[in-house]
Amino acid sequence: MSKKNGQCESLVIQGGRVIDPGSNFDEEADLFIEKGRIKEIRSRKTQKSSSRTSMPVIDATEKIVVPGLIDMHVHLREPGREDEETIVSGSEAAMAGGFTGVACMPNTEPPIDDGSVVRFVLRKAESTPIKVYPVAAITKGRQGKELTEIGDLVSAGAVAVSDDGSPLSDPEIMRRALEYTKMFDIPIISHCEDLSLTSRGVMNEGRMSTLLGLRGMPPVAEEIMVARDIALTEYTGGRLHIAHVSTARSVELIREAKRRGVRVTAEATPHHFSLNDESLRTFDTNLKMNPPLRTARDVEAIKEGLADGTIDVIASDHAPHSIEEKEVEFDAAPFGIIGLETTLGLVLTELVEPGVFDFSAAFATMTLHPAQILGVEGGRLQKGEKADVTIIDPLKKWTVAVHRFKSKSRNSPFGGRELTGKIECVIIDGVTVFRSQN
Amino acid sequence: MKKAQVLSKEDVRRAVTRIAHEIVERNHGADDLVVIGIQTRGALLAERVALKIGEIEHVTVPVGILDITLYRDDFRKRLKQPLVKATKIPFDIDDKDVILVDDVLYTGRTARAALDELTDFGRPRTIQYAILVDRGHREFPIRADYVGKNVPTSRNQEVFVKIEEVDGIDEVTVEEVEDTGSEK
Amino acid sequence: MRRWRTLALKSRHLLGLEGMSKEDIELILDTATSFKEILERPIPKVPTLRGKTIVNLFFEASTRTRISFELAEKRLSADTVNFSKATSSVQKGETLKDTARNIEAMKIDMVVMRHSAPGAPHFLARCLDVPILNAGDGAHEHPTQALLDMYTLREKYGTLEGLNVVIVGDISHSRVARSDIWGLKTMGARVTVCGPSTLIPVEVDAFGVNVNYNIDEAIQDADVIYALRIQMERQTSGLLPSSREYHHRFGITQERLRPLKKRVTIMHPGPINRGVELASDVADGEHSLILDQVLNGVAVRMAVLYLLSGEEGTVE
Repeated sequence: MSKKNGQCESLVIQGGRVIDPGSNFDEEADLFIEKGRIKEIRSRKTQKSSSRTSMPVIDATEKIVVPGLIDMHVHLREPGREDEETIVSGSEAAMAGGFTGVACMPNTEPPIDDGSVVRFVLRKAESTPIKVYPVAAITKGRQGKELTEIGDLVSAGAVAVSDDGSPLSDPEIMRRALEYTKMFDIPIISHCEDLSLTSRGVMNEGRMSTLLGLRGMPPVAEEIMVARDIALTEYTGGRLHIAHVSTARSVELIREAKRRGVRVTAEATPHHFSLNDESLRTFDTNLKMNPPLRTARDVEAIKEGLADGTIDVIASDHAPHSIEEKEVEFDAAPFGIIGLETTLGLVLTELVEPGVFDFSAAFATMTLHPAQILGVEGGRLQKGEKADVTIIDPLKKWTVAVHRFKSKSRNSPFGGRELTGKIECVIIDGVTVFRSQN
Repeated sequence: MKKAQVLSKEDVRRAVTRIAHEIVERNHGADDLVVIGIQTRGALLAERVALKIGEIEHVTVPVGILDITLYRDDFRKRLKQPLVKATKIPFDIDDKDVILVDDVLYTGRTARAALDELTDFGRPRTIQYAILVDRGHREFPIRADYVGKNVPTSRNQEVFVKIEEVDGIDEVTVEEVEDTGSEK
Repeated sequence: MRRWRTLALKSRHLLGLEGMSKEDIELILDTATSFKEILERPIPKVPTLRGKTIVNLFFEASTRTRISFELAEKRLSADTVNFSKATSSVQKGETLKDTARNIEAMKIDMVVMRHSAPGAPHFLARCLDVPILNAGDGAHEHPTQALLDMYTLREKYGTLEGLNVVIVGDISHSRVARSDIWGLKTMGARVTVCGPSTLIPVEVDAFGVNVNYNIDEAIQDADVIYALRIQMERQTSGLLPSSREYHHRFGITQERLRPLKKRVTIMHPGPINRGVELASDVADGEHSLILDQVLNGVAVRMAVLYLLSGEEGTVE
């Protein structure tokens, strides 16, 4: 659906439970939208019945109304691998998953290491209502050697820089990047992995890799880099965001760093809090991702990190791969799974339902926090804000059907799984861009 | 289910004795005789036949066991594999008169398999076939040289041979069965 | 009318020994006994798998395992087709799935597969509709090797219960070690692994084995020493300083065996690096079962092929 689709940009969302983590608002309320912005949030405490209005109405009774979700870690594959995903198909998937904004990683072909590629991505994104925030590469050609023209990239619209997928081995480059980005107040999103320790590894190193004879990637390969990047951040005063934290020790390192006041934030993916390496017995290549699924103990630590705020953000690390690429031997398959359309369900099913944290804290990780870290609009439901809103039926149970995904790819390990919590409606700039089919 | 005894313990003993005598008579002694029984009950009957021949001729007749599982012709129709039991033929069968012993002769398929298997062990001078019960309904051109008893049956009957060593009793019964689709 | 005791393995495929029941292992070993007798016949061949076509898909160089399987197939009168293609696991070209689907389209009845990637036969089992027999998948499992090892030990000791087996060498990269550990543990043996600490995988106690880095201590009480092959490339990858030091620390020599109270049986999956894992006089000594392992391999593989070849879905 296009922005110019002529849909009315004024409407009222009635009777929902409106949750805005940014203002600690959590009440039944009517939400008025006018000219693409939030005009008013009228609590039902002060006015019991529905407000009378001539505006179009969305009935949100027994639904949850939250700021539009933001996924700050997705791979949209365009330019380069349009067979796996495009900016448009990825955006469709994002909207179906409740997102109004996504940050896309620079490991495309060519990579987002030049202002022209940032502009290309943004231009492509114009044909979709969703807000696409390009993340640019730290080094030219993602080679880990020379810094990109970060100033130019930021001017062109990049919101962060990242080495995702090809971690910076050279601490000197990382140091300079942390220093240089201070001028723009953008975060460095770090994929923490010491490549010499994970060489040819395909899964977590531990009990399961020992049993399965698959080559392991030791947790320490992540932790060494988390420690290194925290130390460099502390030293330089830069801003660090640690992508897809997967081990218990990483969580600890981040917790300590935050206590010391280091400018570090962190994210976790749904698969790292809902699956562990025991599941690899099937050798299903949709369980192969990097960082790999860790142990049940690590999963618990991730949940604790989310509960106590050590981990700020939940992001999908949506990584589409074609069926041909994944339908191979486990060793030969590429890393990565898609996640845009299952993230919300997994958060509600695996975290909120069991009481790891409440709705407000859960949604903060998918709205307020990513918006703050990336320094972008949105993430709040407050008067005057852009009207990016997601409406969720928190109790609706549904079964994941990969063939119905909007994403071009199918590489999800969650097919067939029953989840609680379904996206009802997504509104971007006051325009309804997605409505659940039933 | 109707059940009728067709051979008692004594009948079985007499049948074995008579068969032993017939074998000796037809082969003019027991010089080149070897007895090979088909697993499981045929093997037990073979022991008895060999013993009896030994008694008559005052010799020791070599006894072997043949498991024909791997030579069966219904391989492509089975869901599960029959347990392969031991084959023990600890002697040369070249130029011997082999007495092949089994409990029941029915379709002739077991005998066919046994003949194939035996000829893989060597080239006997003759193979003669001794069975305790011939119940008819042949599907192959096979007949027994020595028969304990001919028992005319219908296809929806089953012949049960019980042998003391494994069943606790020597007895042959015929029973009506509902299901005729059971394995032959 | 003959009543047959019919038995089937719990799985349609033989992918590994992890989780295989004692009953299933015993069924295979018992069946192998009957097949070993066939190997001693004047015509060591039975018509059992006549008309069946078995494809040996070898994606990794192997001489003895392939020959052993081929012999087992021929002794059962199966038609065999060999497809050998040494590939690195990430080589481009036709995918494993396509290769397999193409071969299946030629109406085959069973696949024996060797591959360098763990889980490759499991993957194949999901793609194809015929029984898959794992002839070794990377460092994961090599079930028929372990079955023939267990058969050989059972032949010598009568039972595996309580047997003290020490597996020496590169446990990390060994599919033989993994399958043997699963099988031996299921059958009641006690297993100790011994080797350089760089070649013992992390959390190896997950297998329920003892670990000892000192060979002389480890073999103190051993009934069986199972030496694994040391791949020479472990040196270049920094896991092992030299084969000389390995032999010195872990090689099985007469000097090492002499002080032991018990007579120790020596086994090895082959091929042996003489003077590295085993001294020649130990490998060829009277307590070596290495050649028995080779002979028994054919019987055990015949048994597995036989047991897996029953067709599904047809009425008995």
